[in-house]
Amino acid sequence: MSTLLLTEDETMLQDAARGFLDGAAPVSHLRKLRDAGQTHDAKLWAEMAQMGWTGVLVPEEAGGSDMGHAAACVLAGELGKTLVTSPFISTAVIAATALRQVATDRARDALSAIAAGDAIYGLAVDEGRKHDPEGVELAARADGNGFRLTGTKGFVVDGGNADRLLVLAKTDAGLTLFDLPADREGITRTAQNMVDARDAATVQFDNVQATGDDVLGAVDDAMTVLKPALEAGQAALSAEMLGLSAGAFAMTVGYLKERKQFGVEIGRFQALQHRAAHLWSETEITLSAVRHAGRMLDEDPANATLAVSLAKARATQTAKLAVIEGVQMHGGIGMTDDFDMGFFMKRARVATEWLGDYGYHAAKVAAARGF
Amino acid sequence: MSEDATETFRSEVRTWLDENCPKEMRDGASGEDAIVWGGRNWTFTSDAQKLWLDRMAAKGWTVPTWPVEYGGAGLDRAHHKVLLDEMRKIGARVPLQSFGIWMLGPALLAFGTHEQKLQYLPPIARGKVRWCQGYSEPGAGSDLASVQTRAESDGDDYIVNGQKIWTSYADKADCIFALVRTDRDAPKHLGITFLLIDMDTPGVSTKPIRLISGKSPFCETFFDDVRVPKANVVGTENRGWDVAKHLLTHEREMISGGGQGLLGGRALGAVLNAQEGGLSDPVLRAEAMGCEIDALAVALTLERYKDQAESGGGVGDASAMLKYAGTELNKRRHELMMSAGGADALTWDGKHEGLASDWLRTKANSIEGGTSEVMLSIISRRVLGLPA
Repeated sequence: MSTLLLTEDETMLQDAARGFLDGAAPVSHLRKLRDAGQTHDAKLWAEMAQMGWTGVLVPEEAGGSDMGHAAACVLAGELGKTLVTSPFISTAVIAATALRQVATDRARDALSAIAAGDAIYGLAVDEGRKHDPEGVELAARADGNGFRLTGTKGFVVDGGNADRLLVLAKTDAGLTLFDLPADREGITRTAQNMVDARDAATVQFDNVQATGDDVLGAVDDAMTVLKPALEAGQAALSAEMLGLSAGAFAMTVGYLKERKQFGVEIGRFQALQHRAAHLWSETEITLSAVRHAGRMLDEDPANATLAVSLAKARATQTAKLAVIEGVQMHGGIGMTDDFDMGFFMKRARVATEWLGDYGYHAAKVAAARGF
Repeated sequence: MSEDATETFRSEVRTWLDENCPKEMRDGASGEDAIVWGGRNWTFTSDAQKLWLDRMAAKGWTVPTWPVEYGGAGLDRAHHKVLLDEMRKIGARVPLQSFGIWMLGPALLAFGTHEQKLQYLPPIARGKVRWCQGYSEPGAGSDLASVQTRAESDGDDYIVNGQKIWTSYADKADCIFALVRTDRDAPKHLGITFLLIDMDTPGVSTKPIRLISGKSPFCETFFDDVRVPKANVVGTENRGWDVAKHLLTHEREMISGGGQGLLGGRALGAVLNAQEGGLSDPVLRAEAMGCEIDALAVALTLERYKDQAESGGGVGDASAMLKYAGTELNKRRHELMMSAGGADALTWDGKHEGLASDWLRTKANSIEGGTSEVMLSIISRRVLGLPA
């Protein structure tokens, strides 16, 4: 196993990403999109493709930069620091990882489209309030040589802007993963007004036709393809949440040094110092779990479940603490919409639910640790 | 280190351990009876224990990372890890542990003269001399730099007077490394000297303190006109605080879980399951899951900081975070083990061994070596740069 430190290449990638995003997508960028009622910036996405970010997990022969999961986590972390709105995780991480598990021409073409920035994917897995891939009900019944899909998916992240959808459906003897164009006949997408001002849709499938070619991997065996894809997404989302925590924390510590009450900077008060120090400790500890998850996915992906769930479990708790303390230590101004802290709090809540919350991942850790 | 070189070393280690580790020393025991602290008056519980220590010491493997000339084997981290792995595989006991190994050794390696290293380190490595640490005083706990024990100059010697408290195993130690005040007029951090004192010197006496755990690992130590050569100063006179801080960093790492504690420890789930009905309570189960998640992440952080130290980056004041997180976690873990044990965990034997005593002992973890609150203040000022 490589060390838990960033490699030279990863450090360069991180610096480059930060430099670019501070100019192109600070938190004010999210505010502008929200105020304009938009959830996607096509120009930003094209620039991310040009820099090789959308192809971070795409093989070089398909036009990708193939930098690996640890690098994808570095990018997700930087995107998280300024709450950048993009389909990076659903497309460049989850869909790319799923497509890589499949050795077909069609999958290779799809990977090329992702690397080029020409395809956005939405992940249509969840149906109920909680992430539960094993429990999906949307049915794909056999119909001649193909299938007919009927049912409803909710919380389809990036589903509103997506060109394609990864759809998990129940088949005769198990679960099957489909890769469908988002505009196929019978698919109705309804964009939801999300608390974090980002894209998630409800997607209805009304007798939607699918062929054998639309199946990703084998029929009745979705998890061979989907499990690594979900784990890659969970790791990257953990990195995003840690980035978000760091972004909120930097604002908070900055405020403690500058805001004066009772004639002194409030950062002189021990009650606040100790809470800030505790919060920093939590982010440091979570950073190790996130780095470890990225390394495991790159070096021992078949055994990465514990590492990934550990990262997501820690990241949800750390992000929650960072935004709650962020608002509280800012006082009244932290509650105002004019101030950015609220954006961090809202994104943390949505990211907590996506791809499994604390309880979901804690149970996976427990199972792996003999509970 | 290349893969090949690692494997060659691994097979050498395996063969050597197979031939040299006595059978009785392969039970993986780490309880009080299995520990060897060493020292002039040490009594081994078996011949095998002595043989094991002597053989390991001859290889330099009681202090594998120290330079060979000072009693170590000069192993880098990768080789060290191989050695520890192979020892763990056969359940080999740790041949020797001591404050000399954990604390004084690293401080001498950083601040001692070549002569001091030659004089003091090999006896530590061989388990011949047992050291204790004389830091805290009745009036200098969290505010450690307020130490008042005086060392007054008298020719080539100092005359030491004062009292230390919470001196671990002072009643069993041969020597003490102590912080003493050599300049009463200087600002408090600048008048302290790091001094090595033989406990057999006339005027030194100790008195054990009984703890809530039933045991007496700590003592009060008294100095009454104790004559100490000035050659026993480590570093420079009046600059002992630098040595003390360096050493405290090592102490924090040790208390926070050391090299192996958390990573090598058994999973909490397995521990609690082993207790009858251990995890049937869903509330306890949820708390234990949370504790396990945090323990794994803290263990990875220890690993990451080691990577950082190895790469020359240094960890610095962030070690305060490990001390804080590791000790609070250990307290949580023991609270959970007590809960899972229920009424069965409420008894103890005459020697005060077992879970109840361990549980009470952990309460000192977040006090000794700097309280959790002191750690948070260090993080706040030195890492976050908040105003004092």
